[in-house]
Formats: sequence, structure tokens, C-alpha cells
Amino acid sequence: MHTAGNVETLLWIFLLATFIGFEVIRRVSPLLHTPLMSLTNAISAIAVVGAIVVTGRQQSTLSTVLGTIAVTASSINIVGGYLITYRMLKMFKKRGPQS
Amino acid sequence: MNLEYFIPITYMAAAASFILALKWLSAVPTARRGVIVGILGMLLAVGGTLLRLDIVSYQWILIAFAIGAIVGVPMAMMPMTAVPQRTALSHAFGALAAALVGTAEFYNLSGTPEMSKFTMGAIALEVVLGFLTFTASLMAFGKLQELLPTRPITYKGQNIFNLSILALAITIAVVLTTTLSYTWAFPIMCLLSLTFGVFLIIPIGGADMPTVISLLNSYAGLSASAMGFVLNNKLLIVAGALDGSSGLILSIIMCKAMNRSFTNVLFGAFGQVQTSTQTAVEKRSVRSSSAEEAAAMLESAHQVLIVPGYGMAVAQAQHKVRELFDVLTKKGVEVKFPIHAVAGRMPGHMNVLLAEANIPYDRLLEMDEANSEMAQTDVALIIGANDVVNPAARHDKGSPIFGMPIIDVDKARTVMVCKRSMNPGFAGIENELFYNDNTLMLFGDAKAMVGKIVNELKSGK
Repeated sequence: MHTAGNVETLLWIFLLATFIGFEVIRRVSPLLHTPLMSLTNAISAIAVVGAIVVTGRQQSTLSTVLGTIAVTASSINIVGGYLITYRMLKMFKKRGPQS
Repeated sequence: MNLEYFIPITYMAAAASFILALKWLSAVPTARRGVIVGILGMLLAVGGTLLRLDIVSYQWILIAFAIGAIVGVPMAMMPMTAVPQRTALSHAFGALAAALVGTAEFYNLSGTPEMSKFTMGAIALEVVLGFLTFTASLMAFGKLQELLPTRPITYKGQNIFNLSILALAITIAVVLTTTLSYTWAFPIMCLLSLTFGVFLIIPIGGADMPTVISLLNSYAGLSASAMGFVLNNKLLIVAGALDGSSGLILSIIMCKAMNRSFTNVLFGAFGQVQTSTQTAVEKRSVRSSSAEEAAAMLESAHQVLIVPGYGMAVAQAQHKVRELFDVLTKKGVEVKFPIHAVAGRMPGHMNVLLAEANIPYDRLLEMDEANSEMAQTDVALIIGANDVVNPAARHDKGSPIFGMPIIDVDKARTVMVCKRSMNPGFAGIENELFYNDNTLMLFGDAKAMVGKIVNELKSGK
């Protein structure tokens, strides 16, 4: 499954992605740190990809059960994470309506 | 097109979308676009995965999606004051997902030729990080929701005890990886990681929650990244690394804002009640004031800075604060809101609360901007903040918060502190600001007190 060259590629990807992450996130305004955290939380629910594979392959009852729980947990984060981030961002207004 | 090429292309598009999503989140005008492209990336990733040929049954996947949607929507509709605990809970879900997938992969691969040492190492990392983040996040949730005592709990030998649990889990991980046998030890490693997560949070107080939540965010991401190494999936590695670095940056920012190190946050048990330093200042007197007096002073001011803290969130006073902002703005007073990076219980907590109350975000200042305006400020009104405005941080070498960058409200002409009582703040540190000659104390519930000031201002015109 993992050859030496393949392992090296994966590590390179991790290294470069981490640097991209640092550069991109360093620029996020402190104003938006809470939405940032809920968005990255939704993005890290990408674990759903692994969970879907483990569930759908039906290799054993154990892996199907664990996979189903994992898909559930990550889809909660996908749905909840994106939705609350959007809700929060909608509240940020430059000039509030004057009453 | 051949699926063999199609799926990797959807994954690449998904990874690009996630990077763009975070890039666009950097400023308010583009931030919503960022969320949309993030959703798009997730749809691509899930869609591409569902096309895989090794998926033979969709039944459980679809059931899980349905439950996820049913639970996820109400979790997104929580009030903004509950955002810190909601975030802790979602870190727990994310970490649980990663840990369970790792466990399933372990039992599927164990004993087969596909289980290489590299795969085992990645599984161990994924599972240890996943399980410890799961219980640690649940504990953080419990503390933030005040189901558990929010003060740090310490006992003798705590750090040694905690670290031995972690060391034991890591030892098992190393043995599993290097020998690829002793599979019976795998559940023990899982249990130790779960236990370590619980004990890790016991000594953490509320003031440290912003750092700890950020750190848990980072761990959950790294765990997903480790899953990418196990499954040979580059999208998981990229998305996990983005989350991991984001959490790390936030926790570094939080640590700097408190002038503390990671080790100190995790093992220092900040915020225990201190008895020794308190006696010396207790005899000094404070000037207590009324809503009428405060209203009169605010009305005649040119510039007012309102410093919010966790107390504002607890009292749910943000909407009253918005009324105060409206009334004063109408009377021609310049009102701004300095926000300290660690005010509240998670990064950006105060910004979201004030935005919820419809306060325009260009009225919110970062600490440095606020401090440069402090000399021209007539009134600094502090609502539910304490340690972030304590001048002891600047000069008292004996104070636990010495060296922490603070909002220099004491340099404003008049300081008003809206506070429930003279009890010290969360960190249990006495605040000399309250005893200054230019400080007026407004004792009472923040929401009620701000409401009274607003009524005074409205009736007085």
C-alpha cells in the first residue's frame, strides 16, 4: 500500500499544506477568529471521506458500526459548521441600521 | 471520463476550494464567499468519494448523513453566547470521527500484508490524538457549559500523573508500530488516550479556554491529516494540515496575548484562588457610583471606549450595550469597542457577540489601536472584563499576569467598571484599577446596569 516514494510524496504534501495554512491563516483578521475556527472545524470534517470508505466497504461489522458513527459525527460538523459560520458572518455589518 | 482520473480531480478541486475558503475568510467583505466555496469543496469531496468502486453499500452512509443533518442544524442555531461550548463539542465530534476510522482501519488491516510500519505509525498517531482530543473537548464543553466546576482543579503530582498516562500510551504506540504485533494492547492505548484527555483539562481554568480550544482545534486537524497518511488520501492530508496550522496559529496568538507559554497554559493551572497577595490591598476603598452619575459623565464625553469581557456574555448584556451605543452616538459621542484577544472564552468571542447585537464591526478596535487612543478618551467603560485591564500586568512583577499586554484603560480620563461585586475575576487576581482615584465602580448586573444608564440618557434629553 505504501511504498517509500509514496510515503515521501505524502510527507511533502503535508509539509507544503502546513505552510500554505500558516500563510493564509496569518492574514485572517482577529475580528473573524471565531468564524475561522468554526470554518476550519467544518473543513476538518473532511474525515467524512475516510469514514464513508470504511462504512461502505462493509469489511466487518465492527468497521461498519465504527464507520457509521464516524460518518454521523462528521456530517454533524459539516452541516453545523458551515451553517453557523454563515450565520455569524451575516451578522458582521459595517454600519448597523440606525434606529 | 475514467473514474480513476475523475475522483482525484474532484479531490484536487476540493483541496483548492478549502484553501480559497480560508483565504477569503481573511476579511469581512469576502468572508461569506469563503463559506460558499468551502461548502462547494465539501460537496465535491463527498460526491467524489461516493463514486468509489470499493463502496458496496450506501445504506448506513445515507442513514448517518440524515442523522448528521438532523443534529447539525439545531447545533448551528444555538445562541451566539453558546458558541464556545458549541465549538468544543464540534471538536469532540471531529476527533471522534478520526479516532473511530483509525480504529476500524486497525482491525481491518491488522495481520494483512497491507499493514506496514508506516501505516501502523500513522494509525497510532491518528487514534491517540483523536481519542485524547475527543475526551478533552468534551471536558472543555462541560466546563464552558458549567456542568463541571470551571475553576482549575489541581492536586499533588498532577503533572507527573498526567504525563505518565500519555507516556504509557505513546510507549504502546511505539511498540505496536515497531513490532506490528501485540495487537491486544491497541484497546489499552485507546483507553489511555481517552483518560489522558480527561485529566488534561481538569487543571484548566476558564481564562485559558481560548488557548485550549485552539489547541484542540489543531489536534483534531492533525488527527484527520494522520488519517490521510493511513488511507493514502492527499485531500485528507491537505485539509487536516490546514486545520492543524489554523489551530496552532490561534493558540500562539492567544498565548502571546497572555504573555505565557504553551507549557504554562497546559500545566500551570492558571487561575487558582490566591490568598497571599489579596490581604494587602483589601483595606483600600473604592468609589461606588450610580447610573445617574455615569449617564451624566458619558453624555458630556467626546470619546467613550467600551471594553467588553466574559461578564458581558454571562449577563447577556450585548443588546443593552448596543442600545447604549445608539443613544450615545445620537448625542454625538464617539463610541468604540477595544477588544482584547483573550477576552471571552474563545478567540474572537466578543467580536461575534457585538456583531450579533448589530454593532458595526468598524467600531471594534484591536488592543494596540485602542491604546493609542486612550489619552484622548474621556470615559473607558468596562463591562465584565477584569484581567485584561489590570494595570498590575505592566508593573507588578509579583502578579501572575505580569507582562501580559493589556488595554490601558487607566490612562483614560475616567474609568467606569461595571461589575457584580468586588470578587476578583476568573484568574482570582486582585485588580488595583478598582482603587484608582479616577475609577468609578458601578455595582450590579451588567445588563441591568447598562439598561439603567440607557434609561437615564433617554429621559435626560
